[in-house]
Amino acid sequence: MSTPQIPTPLVKIENLTVRFRGAQTVHAVNGVSLTLEPGKVLGILGESGSGKSVTLKTLLRLLPESRTDIGGKVSVDGRDVLALNPQDLADYRGAVTSMIFQDPALALDPVYTVGEQIAEAIVRHEKTSMKAAMARALELLELVRIPSPARRLKAYPHEMSGGMRQRAMIALALAARPKLLLADEPTTALDATVQIQILLLLRQLQRDLDMGMLFVTHDIGVAVEVSDRLAVMYAGQIVETGTVRELIRDPQHPYTKGLLAANLHGAKKGERLEAIPGAPPALTEPPDACSFAPRCKFVQDRCRAALPPAVQLGEGRVVRCILAEQALVAAA
Amino acid sequence: MTLETHPDRGGAGTPLLQAKTLTKHFPLGGGAVVRAVDGVDFAVMKGETLGVVGESGCGKSTTARVVMQLLPQDKGEMLFDGEIVGGQALTLKEYRRQAQMVFQDSYASLNPRLTIEDSIAFGPTVHGVSKAAAILKARDLLQRVGLDPARFAARYPHELSGGQRQRVNIARALALGPRLVILDEAVSALDKSVEAQVLNLLADLREEFGLTYIFISHDLNVVRFISDRVMVMYLGEVVEIGPVEELYGDPRHPYTKALLSAMPSMDPDNRTMEAPLAGDPPNPINPPEGCRFHPRCPHAQTVCAKVKPILATMGDGVRQAACHMQVPGSGHSHAPALEAAA
Repeated sequence: MSTPQIPTPLVKIENLTVRFRGAQTVHAVNGVSLTLEPGKVLGILGESGSGKSVTLKTLLRLLPESRTDIGGKVSVDGRDVLALNPQDLADYRGAVTSMIFQDPALALDPVYTVGEQIAEAIVRHEKTSMKAAMARALELLELVRIPSPARRLKAYPHEMSGGMRQRAMIALALAARPKLLLADEPTTALDATVQIQILLLLRQLQRDLDMGMLFVTHDIGVAVEVSDRLAVMYAGQIVETGTVRELIRDPQHPYTKGLLAANLHGAKKGERLEAIPGAPPALTEPPDACSFAPRCKFVQDRCRAALPPAVQLGEGRVVRCILAEQALVAAA
Repeated sequence: MTLETHPDRGGAGTPLLQAKTLTKHFPLGGGAVVRAVDGVDFAVMKGETLGVVGESGCGKSTTARVVMQLLPQDKGEMLFDGEIVGGQALTLKEYRRQAQMVFQDSYASLNPRLTIEDSIAFGPTVHGVSKAAAILKARDLLQRVGLDPARFAARYPHELSGGQRQRVNIARALALGPRLVILDEAVSALDKSVEAQVLNLLADLREEFGLTYIFISHDLNVVRFISDRVMVMYLGEVVEIGPVEELYGDPRHPYTKALLSAMPSMDPDNRTMEAPLAGDPPNPINPPEGCRFHPRCPHAQTVCAKVKPILATMGDGVRQAACHMQVPGSGHSHAPALEAAA
């Protein structure tokens, strides 16, 4: 365990921009900065196209390099991720940072048994024998609480249920003892009663193994269950960050407020929902104003004229909205 | 000619739709059978929204397809406003005008080679409306679902966002003047902020056209918001039906209880500590004997493994649950005493 007195961040992203070149350029991420302390969980909340998954994939350099322009700085556990050479990148993937996905059926190789896939990752990183790796693979299946783990070691992914495959994928991600686990909507495709099992498992593993975790989701309830802190993304930018408590109890950005209302938690039957009108922007241009302005009911001329300021409301509490700035000024 | 909405025949007391022991099995070969829907009974009253919830393999989508008659049932029958569906008084073609469906995948359910006004007008022309009248109606419906016909009528499905396409699908469902609309995960693929817009639209349209909805969803928050009554399914059977607030506030079937407590907590100081159920929902190929939930039920007793519980009506008459703990004299130690029921 790292000493708690020195908060060296496990992840530090500074002003990240990601642009996809093609018939139409897409400005997917537009100046994202975030930090994650070791052993903590940051939930990244956003809708389709908000840039949350792209941000996550940058941390493993999973984006197609020939078509992607990445700017800014990404460091994980002291490594400059964007500068890693191919050999160092291969050592980094899995051993420092690992990832789990929404669809385990796609993330697992259909022609190898689950045991072989986990053992392969162990052998690659720990230079151990196949036999020892298989023994550790069995331990990992026990760790993720797959029933009859010895039998499941020899099972192919298609022979498992959805929840069990998701557990197998988590075991695979943990094979090389990563310090950072990236989770990209890992429970979205699961049934409700299975989803809560996987969330509780991830929460416990993250604590027991003292891993940092970045958890991307569109579901506020899911984010609340696993996260210490939340970052809300819209149009490739983080519009609000804070602890889970601060964001749920006292959301400041109009988009965060709208999302919470649209979650319907506690909405009364027969009442009209306070729906956010319109749809997210297409991101064909880099933003030069508040991206949420066209949908915001509090919009002012200034919102359309320039990028909104990042207003610091407290330690780790930032809101990108001029309303927050005006409230600060009024209070001062 | 234009299509008129069918008049109410049976009166307010007659359910708009009554399903009686609906059964749909799919043979797999080798003697195995998927018992997707296994003797389902329910009624939908006029003007209400019946929410249907349950997990993969519970039969909610197959039920919707049988109700739509996209799949013929193996057993059972349906009454629509008192008439047998597919009988003398109500032919299948006539029934299908009165019952329409909206699917989850807004793109797959539209013909990519038809403009959206042609897609909406297609159904009415099949039923004998002139092309010109059908197009006029299509534009009117586009207006009502919040898409400006001048901008959208001539577009193709790929030119619209998911939320806009789902509005088109809703307009198309309404083009035949239906009385019953089945929404099968119709808002599930939409982003939360867009989902709220479509839910508001559905509420407005229900009012304006006097519609009755069957609303199928895995999202228990959405179902609570939109439904008057909720039906919970498990492995091809109905386990509980009741008014939404009573069912959410005081679930009577252990599965309903488990499903509700599996919802993520929205309270950071009160997060879920324990998963209500272990493992995945079983598949409906070889469902357990007796109560199908008994192998996962924390209250299971001998009777549960042997005897299939009936969908029993509770004291107040509006709620039903298929659980031995609710039936006096069932043999379950938690069942109410026989005298108390008398």
